Order: sequence, then C-alpha cells, then structure tokens
Amino acid sequence: MAVLKIRDLKRHYGKVTAVDGVDLETQEGEMLAILGPSGSGKTTLMRMLAGLEQPSAGDITLDGRSVVGIPPRKRNVAMVFQSYALYPHMSVHENILFPLKSHKVPRAHWAEKVDWAVDTLGIRHLLERRPDRLSGGEKQRVALARALVRDPELFLFDEPLSALDAQVRNIARAELRDLHARTRITTLYVTHDQVEALGLGDRIAVMNGGRVRQLGTPEALYFDPADLFVASFIGNPPMNLLHRGETVLGIRAEHFVPREQAREPQTALTFRIRIDQLEFLGSEWLAYGFDEAGNDESRLVVRLPQSRGDQVRAGQVHEFLVARQHVKAFDAHTGQRRADTGLAETAHG
Amino acid sequence: MADGAAAGNDALVDRPGMLGVLMLAPAVIYIAAFVGIPFVLAILLSFSSATTGNPSIHGFVGLDNFIQVVREPQFVTALVNSVIVTFGTLALLLVLATLESELLARAFRGKRLVQTLLILPWAMPASLAAISWLWLLDSQFSPLDWIFRQAGILGPGGLFGPARHFYYLGRTDLAIASVVVINVWRMLPLATLIVLAGRLSIPRDLFDQAAIDGAGFFRTLFRITVPALMPVLLVAVLFTGLLVFGDMAVVALTTHGGPGHSSQIIPYWAYLKGIESGDLSGGAAVALFMLPALLVVSVLTLRFAYRSQEA
Repeated sequence: MAVLKIRDLKRHYGKVTAVDGVDLETQEGEMLAILGPSGSGKTTLMRMLAGLEQPSAGDITLDGRSVVGIPPRKRNVAMVFQSYALYPHMSVHENILFPLKSHKVPRAHWAEKVDWAVDTLGIRHLLERRPDRLSGGEKQRVALARALVRDPELFLFDEPLSALDAQVRNIARAELRDLHARTRITTLYVTHDQVEALGLGDRIAVMNGGRVRQLGTPEALYFDPADLFVASFIGNPPMNLLHRGETVLGIRAEHFVPREQAREPQTALTFRIRIDQLEFLGSEWLAYGFDEAGNDESRLVVRLPQSRGDQVRAGQVHEFLVARQHVKAFDAHTGQRRADTGLAETAHG
Repeated sequence: MADGAAAGNDALVDRPGMLGVLMLAPAVIYIAAFVGIPFVLAILLSFSSATTGNPSIHGFVGLDNFIQVVREPQFVTALVNSVIVTFGTLALLLVLATLESELLARAFRGKRLVQTLLILPWAMPASLAAISWLWLLDSQFSPLDWIFRQAGILGPGGLFGPARHFYYLGRTDLAIASVVVINVWRMLPLATLIVLAGRLSIPRDLFDQAAIDGAGFFRTLFRITVPALMPVLLVAVLFTGLLVFGDMAVVALTTHGGPGHSSQIIPYWAYLKGIESGDLSGGAAVALFMLPALLVVSVLTLRFAYRSQEA
C-alpha cells in the first residue's frame, strides 16, 4: 500500500501536449478512477506512472520517493493493459511466473506466490492452458494474477473491461471491486466509461485536455461539478445547462419537480417547460423540451417518475420547480463553478 | 465491327476461369521454357554420355555419370563445403537479422539513413560487389590487412605475425570463411526484411508488459521476441538457405574454388565440369546431387508459407 503523488506533470510530443500539468494525490489503498474522453491524456498519464514514457516536466513520487527516470522494471508498479498482453507462447502458469523470474525472486518463493495469486483469482484450473484457449473474462483474471503475483505497491489498470462482452463486464467489474477490497493495493483505474468510474472508484479524477478538471467522490462529481466540462460529462443524461447572460446554470434532470408536488415553492426557481418528446425508460420517463421563459436554445431534460408519465403529453407546457440548492452556477467564459449566492437573483430575472 | 470484336473479347474474359488462365499463362510459359525444360534436359543429360562436342542425349549410360562423380575426390570436398557455407551463412544470418530487425523496429535519429545503408548490398550489382570484395580480400593490397597491421595483430611481433598478410583467398579456412562472410553480406538485407516484417507485427503491448514485468533486454529478446519470431525466422532460414545453397556466383568471383579444389562447392563444380571442361553429362550429374536437398527445403518453405497465411 502506497501513496502516489503527482506534481505538475507534463508530457509533450513535439507541439502536441498530451498531459498538461496534472496534480494528483492518492490516499492509501484507494481505488482512484481516471475518467476522461479519448485523447484526454489519461493513458499517457498512466504510461508515465508505469515508466513507459518519460515526463517532459513535473514529478511522480511513490511513498515520498521520486520515480522519475527510474525504468519500469525498477518501479514496483504493475499494469494491466486493455489487451491484457498475455504472452501468447507461454502457458498461464509461465505467464504468471514471468514477473517473478524477471525480478530474480528466489525459486523457493515461486510456488507460494503463484498459489496465492492463482487462488485469489480462482484460476487454478487454467494453469496449463495457452492464452488463445481462454475466454475474455479468463484472460482478464490471468492478467490480474500476473500483476498481483509481484505484490506491487501500485496497480495501474488501462481500460481493463472494454475488451469484454457487456454481460461479462458487469461480473468482471464486481470481481475487480472484490479483488481491491481484499488486497487494498492502491489502484489507478483508467476508463472512458463513467459507469465504470462511478461504480468502481473511491474517488474519480475527471480529465480533459491533458488536465484534471475535478478530483472527488462520485457523489461530489455528480452533485457538485467543478466546471462545465464535468457537468456535461458526468451523468446520464448530463446536467441541463441554461445560459443566463454571464452565467450558466446547471440542473440535474431529476431536480425538476412538478409544481403540484413541490413542498416549498417559495425557496425554488420556476421553469415553464414546453415538452416536445417523451422517452419511456421503464422505471421512469425522460421528458425533453424548452424553457418557455428562457431566450436560449438549449433543450432541457426532465426526469419524471413512472407514475407521472400519463399526465404529461408532447406539446403541453408544464411548470416545474427546482430547489435553490440544486441549481449550480458556472461562469459562461471560464466554465468554472461560481459561488451560488447571488446567482439565484439573476436566475429569477 | 470493332464493337463486336471488343464485345467478343469481353465475353472471353468474362467466362469463369478464363481470366485466371490468361493471367497465369505468361508466368507458366516462362517457367516451363526456362526452368521446366532445362530441368528435364539436365536429368536426361545426367544419364547420357553427352559432351559439349557431342551434345546428344541418346547415348544412355545409366548411373555411370553419378558413380564416376562420386568417386572423384572433389565430390566430398564440394559437398562438405556446400554444407559448411550454407549452414555457416544461415547461423550468422539468423543472429544478425534478428539484431538488425530489433534495431530497425526502434525509433532513433538517422534511422532512414541506416535503413538505406542496410538495404544497399541487395541493390548493388554483382560485378561491383565482386570488385570491392576482391580488393578487400587481396593478397597484397587488402585494406583489412593494413588495419590489422596498424592494430598490431599482423606483421612482426603481432598475434598472427610475423606475416604481413592473411592471404584470405589463398588459405582453405579463410577462403571458406570469406565466402560465408560475403554470402552473409549479400543475404542480410533479404533476411532482415523478412524478420523485420515479423518483428513489427508483434503487438507493442507485449514489450511494454515485459518491461513492467521486469524483463531486461536479453530476457525480452529470448523469451518474448524470438519465440514470437519463430515462424518468420524459419521462413527466412529456408528462403535464404535455398538461395545460398544453389549459388555459385560468390565462389566463382572470389576463390574460384581454390586454392586447388579446397573451397569448391557443388554448384560451381557442376558449372566447371559441365561447361568449362565440356563434360555436359558429368556436370548435370553433379548438379542433380543438390536436387534432394533443394526439393525438401522448397516443400518445407511452401508449407510454412501456406501455414502462416492460414494462421
């Protein structure tokens, strides 16, 4: 278990900046998800942590020791690639032994370490197989065992679930969660899939354009996005964004309450929304429409409980209230979050 | 009229199987005329008493030519030398082609220049190459000898002194070694290209994973790269092996099989016997001794080529 600190880390390729000043600090034994769209620099960040790429500037420390310039094999960091990168001409057993042999672990310890990794992941029956005789889920478990066998201080996962079928993915996600709970090895988990990040991460670092936009718990990212990027990236549907002059208001779809159900109308903002489309999602409805009072073009999404679906029709105008604490304000130019106070007045006008 | 003719041609080409036959025909005719017929002639010649003065294949003499050839002392020398040259060349080629492809698979400054230099032996005309090598290996004016003398290896007091020259082509061991070196120089570009194609098809993740798993250069080379390269290394060996075993140009241009017959090889001996000495049937018999080896290697090459295609 180790604490990873990243300070002002940068990486350029010629004129292209892949990572543009990242600061991060993990807590001991946590699972930190790095979430971002493709091209946001998350994989480059991961490769620098593994030692596969050299940073252009900045520092990386593991438990206080800088690892910049130290080759991958001298860092006690294990990485699981998207492709799993199992050695195709070796059996599962030889694959798992490879890091031990490479690190010159005495032969006497091999059996014990392999047994532990193999039993932790429940792959004893696969030991003599070749990688091309394994299913996607089995490959992942073998890759995890090979990473685990060295007892690493830090685990790096690069999109480990994206090569799996949808059904297997849910099971594999639960297994990862379980594995982390048992080993408590500090883990960085790179993904572009927010469901994975929200479901697995103790905390999430949202990256875009080579920078960390926000670091926080899944709840904090969802309810308190730090800027417009996070607001529009996290959540499905993403946060509604309403332009009000210099300010952008962000409201989650489920925070619109029909007027007749609202408890304290006096502390809320009122929106008259003309509904133009309804979507039935089973447990709920999504209603799409435009703010009648607003002068902007942005379409709003409102989440309605299942029971209200029959009371709303496309073409109707309905009044919704949003409690003030649920309205987040952002600066229209910088995209940064603003203090809420005072903004409510603007919204009223 | 013209339209009708064009339509007729189209109809011919459109017929199933016709286009394939038409496109293959030139190659088939070429191979039949310049490989197939000479091959049959060679077999007929080897059982006849033909000479350049009387090139008739009617005098059937059975296996006499083969028996006579085997009894000549040069036969064993040439056979052994052919095997030594071929295997020596292949062994060096394997190591060098693997290392060269390892180099060319990496990004570094000046890579294009290095690539061009490494491919150059393949593009160089044989005559030009022969002149360069004959000069390098000359008994009196070899620049290699000069370098060795400067380094104190040759000349009075040197490790191989007091001689001032190695006489590369004048001593059996050095003559054969020279032939091997020239063959390696000549074949390395081809072997490297074959191996490099295989090297570049290994996923980069495997090398990254090996680095993270703690493997150094040699462990990565021998445990990851070489096993993954096995199929292409085999193709490279079979392919260059065929070319080296059947080649006589290097020996013909440098040692002429000498000193004496000590660096003789089968293909050059066949040429000397059949063409230079006029013993057509004897030369054909010598050449046919290469057939079993070449046949086996060719079949293996084709098999592996097909197998790698299917995989």
